[in-house]
Amino acid sequence: MNKSPTSNEPMIQFTNVAKNFRRARVLDGISLNIGIGERVALIGSNGAGKTTLIRCLLGEYTFEGTVAIAGLDPRENRTKVLGNIGFVPQLPPPLKMPVGQLIEFSAALCGTDPQRIHAIARRLGLDIEGILTRQFVRLSGGMKQKLLIAIALGRDAKVLVMDEPAANLDPEARKIFFDLLAERLDDATMIISSHRLDEVSALVNRVIEMDMGKVVLDDQVKDAVALTAVLACRIVLSRFEPAFAKALDGWKFSSSTDNLVWSGEIAGPDRLRFLGIISRYTALVSDLSLAEARG
Amino acid sequence: MKQLWLTAKLDIVESLRARWFQIYTLIFGGIVALLFLFGLTESRVLGFIGLSRLLVTYIQLTMAILPIFVLITTVRSVAGDREAGVFEYLLSLPVSLFAWFWGKIIGRYIVVFAPVFLAMLAAVGWALIQGIEVPWAIFVYYSALLAVMSACFLGIGMLISSVARTTDMAQGAAFMVWLVLLLFLDLILLGVMIQGKVAPEVAVLVALVNPLQVFRTAALALFDPQLIVLGPSAYVILDTFGISGYGVFALVYPALLGLGCASLGYYLFRRGDLP
Repeated sequence: MNKSPTSNEPMIQFTNVAKNFRRARVLDGISLNIGIGERVALIGSNGAGKTTLIRCLLGEYTFEGTVAIAGLDPRENRTKVLGNIGFVPQLPPPLKMPVGQLIEFSAALCGTDPQRIHAIARRLGLDIEGILTRQFVRLSGGMKQKLLIAIALGRDAKVLVMDEPAANLDPEARKIFFDLLAERLDDATMIISSHRLDEVSALVNRVIEMDMGKVVLDDQVKDAVALTAVLACRIVLSRFEPAFAKALDGWKFSSSTDNLVWSGEIAGPDRLRFLGIISRYTALVSDLSLAEARG
Repeated sequence: MKQLWLTAKLDIVESLRARWFQIYTLIFGGIVALLFLFGLTESRVLGFIGLSRLLVTYIQLTMAILPIFVLITTVRSVAGDREAGVFEYLLSLPVSLFAWFWGKIIGRYIVVFAPVFLAMLAAVGWALIQGIEVPWAIFVYYSALLAVMSACFLGIGMLISSVARTTDMAQGAAFMVWLVLLLFLDLILLGVMIQGKVAPEVAVLVALVNPLQVFRTAALALFDPQLIVLGPSAYVILDTFGISGYGVFALVYPALLGLGCASLGYYLFRRGDLP
């Protein structure tokens, strides 16, 4: 974008945005200002209007009211505005083109070096050289998600719009994803959409909840854990349980010889998700400790 | 311009991997192969023999298959892409709507026309190898006719894709358009005229507006210059255009119709919701 918003001017501005699909009012007069560096969780149940709001932001829907990104209308100034938005959809598109072609296409349109996308994909644990000739649609859900994240982050986007971005990622990739977001904290505004706040609470500093096309909650999040924080975890079990061992193995935990003491590291923003899994096996846990390893 | 070619290239790559394209190529390649296999170049009809005979048969078959194939595959893949979330993602990238829409048309046009033309080119190549005389005038005119026919139905297909919001609706509409065009072919028009329910001028005008009929008549005119097969309609056509004039009309009118439909489709596309 040619124009950069000043510190007083919001990066994203929704003014009385309304959208109808036939007789159904999906967005009902949304007015919001989102500043530079804000990380917003857009939460709400199915049909709340999250996706519609995102599509209005991306200039994909027509609507009443106005949307401005750095002062520009995304519909009227598509290439300027979208050149600065990295978008990760919830459902990966069923593209038949090879991965290499998708990267080349996106990089050429966004004016970035494909190698930047390759580098981020590699950091997320994707064997990018091995899949360049494979059709995108034939990749696993996690691989598709990693690639779309790499495409969104592999350029100088001022706004990141992500719909359930970490839902399909394994714990290791989630950790790296949080690191990648942390690197963009100072220069990017983020909107992360999710059904559940606990999935994204550690990533954001503001929560906007939508229901029936309206904003029903707009609140700040005070979270002491940084995106890059890593917590050392030790769990002592009263008895061995194969299903629990498999779950911990997924988090790259290692065990003692009797499989009763497990230790490993989890990403700070992942602690709620991790504790959610542990809670399913509460009866087996005789001791649990979580300590900040780095931040 | 860069965005336009990037989008066209993207559409070509997507289409080359789609099953419809493989079937489509197989059909047109298969028709030519079968025509050679059945010894069509040795048979004679209305004085046509050799490659002319094969080309006449090929264009008749193509005219029956190509319009419905282009319509259905275009609306299926464009409306299907929209439904499956392809538009949501790819249109979140910084590509202008002009480049996206027209790039898609260019890419699709290449993909639709190439197999039909290459099959015909292969027939000519084979004829040259076998020492069979190649009727270059017929070959060039038929190629132009097929190019225009592809453009015409692609334009109509893109217009339907812009209007219809679901794949089912788009497919149904495409099929209806084809059926209506089919309904107004000359034999039915002649039937209506005989019953006296429509003025002959109106019936002939409808025939001239119907691109399917325009192609059919133009193809017929090559081996039946008096258009005897068409009956009374032939007088109007020949009096109004002359045989050469009609040949030009058969290339210009459908091309303009396709371009007009595509332009209207683009206008509606950029005004409405994209995904």
